[in-house]
Formats: sequence, structure tokens, C-alpha cells
Amino acid sequence: MTDQSDKKIAIETIDLLKRFDNEIVINKLNLRIPFGTSMGIMGPSGTGKSVLLKCILGLTEYEGDIFYEGTLLEKKNRGIFYKNFGMLFQGSALFDSLTVWQNIAFKLINSAKKISNSEAKEIAIHLLRDVGLDENVCKLMPSELSGGMQKRVALARALADKPSLLFFDEPTTGLDPLTSSSINELISTIVKRDNITSLIISHDPSSIIAICDEVIFIEDGKIGWRGKASKMKFSNHQLLKKYLGSLQV
Amino acid sequence: MNWNKKKNLTLILLNTLGNNIINLTSLMGSLVIFVSHALTRSVMPPFFIKEYGKQIVVIGWASLPVVGLTAFFTGGALALQIYSGGSRLNAESAVPSIVAIGFLRELGPVLCGLMVAGRVSSAIAAELATMRVTEQIDALVTLATDPIKYLVAPRIIITTLFLPILTGVGNIIGIYGGYLVSTEKLGFNPSMYIESTFKYIEMGDITSSLIKATIFGLLISTMGCFFGFRASKGALGVGRATTNAVVSASILILASNYLLTELMFKS
Ligand SMILES: Nc1ncnc2c1ncn2[C@@H]1O[C@H](COP(=O)(O)OP(=O)(O)O)[C@@H](O)[C@H]1O
Ligand SMILES: [Mg+2]
Repeated sequence: MTDQSDKKIAIETIDLLKRFDNEIVINKLNLRIPFGTSMGIMGPSGTGKSVLLKCILGLTEYEGDIFYEGTLLEKKNRGIFYKNFGMLFQGSALFDSLTVWQNIAFKLINSAKKISNSEAKEIAIHLLRDVGLDENVCKLMPSELSGGMQKRVALARALADKPSLLFFDEPTTGLDPLTSSSINELISTIVKRDNITSLIISHDPSSIIAICDEVIFIEDGKIGWRGKASKMKFSNHQLLKKYLGSLQV
Repeated sequence: MNWNKKKNLTLILLNTLGNNIINLTSLMGSLVIFVSHALTRSVMPPFFIKEYGKQIVVIGWASLPVVGLTAFFTGGALALQIYSGGSRLNAESAVPSIVAIGFLRELGPVLCGLMVAGRVSSAIAAELATMRVTEQIDALVTLATDPIKYLVAPRIIITTLFLPILTGVGNIIGIYGGYLVSTEKLGFNPSMYIESTFKYIEMGDITSSLIKATIFGLLISTMGCFFGFRASKGALGVGRATTNAVVSASILILASNYLLTELMFKS
């Protein structure tokens, strides 16, 4: 804990609270993600992990404060946050109407930066190789790809504008175990190589262990346990033990 | 006891009515914010010209066959009806001008509006709802792109600009349908038919046709975008968004058509 407070903080939430009608989903959550850390958020389905992400992204209303590099995030200044940010969605969320390379280069083409189509395509092809895909894939439509390939393309899209901050929502859900572990490995490699601060949400401990330095286990919208990913299996926390135990094959 | 029950029922009814009014008002409020957001942002860069081009093809060009066929058959049927109706009062000679005026003032914009509502409103709603459900709209936000500006503005602007054009084409084809039936089947003299078609058309008939079409275009695209954009999760959400868009667009077209007709008749 003490060495954490020395590091600069990328994202901090203070008393974050989210309710739907009268049901409280996130209950006064205090979270700090230091620069360069891969933070994992784990917990059973329906505990509010995705909702937490939506709050930080400003895609939903919430109570409490969220800071990005010490700046309070409000409706008006989210732009500074999205500039250095990338996100890998649970279902990849690739744009159906655009080709693979147009998807990857979307932020480059549509941002204020002037970049030619051929330059953008070149960068996209470079990123495709980076995530382990052949450059021939660039002309295909997202619907022509397998689930694992879509995840890789979505990761390339998130990386296109060289973000310093990356969010992952269930990066391996819906993939077979082999594809899952190769995606985990890819994420872990890229995040460490480019020193990207990341937040990984998953109900799958193997993803968390493969990618994350630190873990937070969410229970009833609150932090149930926190610690190093490697220490997770030695925890005495009741629900976490049960959770990990139930997954052992 | 009985009196109490009655009082309760009244309260419940009032409550329901009040809630509905509140819901409706807030819905109207969000609608107005939604449209004005789309229109005001569309004039600021970046302009997403490609998106506008795509919508011209998808909305404008691809609607032509539907609009043309509908107008053609309706024009033909209208000529037959007016002929048989008119023959009861010895007014068969009114066929050309009634077909033309009826099409311009009423049938052209309303039919075009309803056909395009069925085609475009549903397609927009389904597309945007699918994008909402599969988190593509959230993805746009995280890619630092305003989804209302990128997705909604082109669809609303192109539909609003192109419905008058489509209606203009529909009017011409509809009137031609009437001409064809009248000359081929009812024995009208072609050159006399054309002459009496144009004799009674006023500029006001044409402008009212185009004004109506512009407003219908705005309604059609707004309903499609609004319900698609707000779709709830799941496959049910997409179906519901599509139905809501088409039904509300169609009702709004017919209701506003009456209001517009009354307004334009007065002046
Ligand atoms: N838009 C919404 N409206 C109402 N309830 C919601 C909404 N989104 C999520 N919830 C509720 O919030 C809780 C947490 O959901 P979520 O964050 O998606 O869970 P997970 O941890 O599996 O990602 C669930 O109980 C869900 O029912
Ligand atoms: Mg989730």
C-alpha cells in the first residue's frame, strides 16, 4: 500500500456510487490505479464490473468523483480522457460497415489530425502484424472474422492512437481456452512493452493472473479483497476462496 | 366503503394520467435536445463527408424504386376512381386536374412519406439499435467521436433533404400513371390531357408538396435515429426500436399532414 502512494495516480474514484432506480450497484467505491499498473477487477457476474467501467468512461450518470491524472472528470472535459485512451469491448464492438483496416485506423482518420488514407492504412497493417494477424485480413469485413480474430482487430483499433491508458471488458469471454490464453498473452506482452496503464475487468481468474499486477475483488458493489495478483490464491477472503475454488477443474 | 373505493379508483386514474403526461413531456424534451444536438454539431468540423455520401445512396437513391412504383400504381388507380366517380356528375373531364392537384397536395407527399417511413425509418432504427446493443456506439465515444454527430446528423440531414426530391419524382410518376391509364384505357386525348393537367396547377400546390415532404423527412429520420439510439440491450431491444420508429413516424406523418393542410389552406 505504501509504495503505491508514491506512484502518480492515473485514475482515482472517490465514493463512486451508482444506482439503477433504487438498486445500488456500486456502493461508495474508492479505487486508485497508479501509472504503469495493470489493475484487474474480478467478481461474479452481475456485481457491477461493467457498470464501473461505464461510470469511468462517462457513458452513464453516477454519484461521487472520478479523477484522471488529478483532474476531476466532468461532462465537458471527457475529451482529454479519450485522447490518450483505448478500450477493448466484451463483444469487440467492431464497426460492421467498415473494413478491418478502416476499423483499426478509425481514430486516426476521424480525429482532427490530418492523415492520408494510405498512411492510415499502413499504420493499420503494421498494427495487424503487431497483434499477430496477416496483412491480407485488412480488406475483410469484421463479420468474416472468427471471434479470436475480431478480438485481435479490436485490440489493434484500441492501440492505434498509442494510448497511455487501456481498458478491457472481459477480454476472453466467449473464446475457447486456447484462444483465450493466446489473447491473454498478447495483451500482457503489449501492455508491458508499451508501459500502458490498464484496467482489466474479468470474471476469469486466469485472465487476471496472466495480465494483472494488482487485483480487486468486487463483492456487492464494494471492494471485498485487494492485493497482488500472485497472492490471490492465498487469500483468506471467504467469497474469493469459494469463487476460485469453484473454478478449479 | 364503496365511496372510498371510487375515490381510490379516481386517484389511480389521475396518477396514471399524470405519469403518462410526465413521461410524454420528458420524451418530447429528449427528442428536441437530440435533434438540436445533431443539427448544431453537424456544422462544426470534422464533417464526416463520407457518411453523408453513404446516406445519399442508402436513403435517397435506394428509395426511388419503392416510391416510383407506389406513385405509378396509385396514380393509375386514382384516374380510374375519379373517372367512374366523376361520370356520375358528368365531370369526367376533371380527371387530369384532380389527379395532378390530388397528387401534388396530398397523395405524393403522404404516400412517399409513408413508404420511406417503412423503408428508411425501420432501417435506421434497426442499424443504430444493433450498434447500441453491440456496444459500437460506446466504442465510437471511446474513439473520441461524437456518435450523434457521426451517425445521427447525416441520416437526419440527408433524409430531410431527399424526401422532397423523392416526392417530386413521385409526383411526376404518379401524374404520369394517371395519364397513361386515362389515355390508354379511358380514351382521353393525350395532348388535351396534358394541357388540362397543367392548366389548373398553381405554384402553391408544388411548394406545399415540397414543404410537407421536408417535414415528413425530418420526422421519419428523427424517429428512426431516436428509437434506434435509445434501444435497450438484447435482441428484443432492436425489434422494439424498429417497431416504435415505424409506427410513430407513420402516425406523425398523418397527423402533421392534417395540421399542415389546414395551415396551408388558410393562407
Ligand atoms: N442499464 C441498466 N439498467 C438497470 N440495471 C442495470 C443496467 N445495467 C446494469 N444493470 C444492473 O447492474 C448490475 C451489474 O451489471 P454489470 O455491471 O453488467 O455486471 P458485471 O459485473 O457482470 O459486468 C446487474 O445487476 C444489472 O442488472
Ligand atoms: Mg460485464
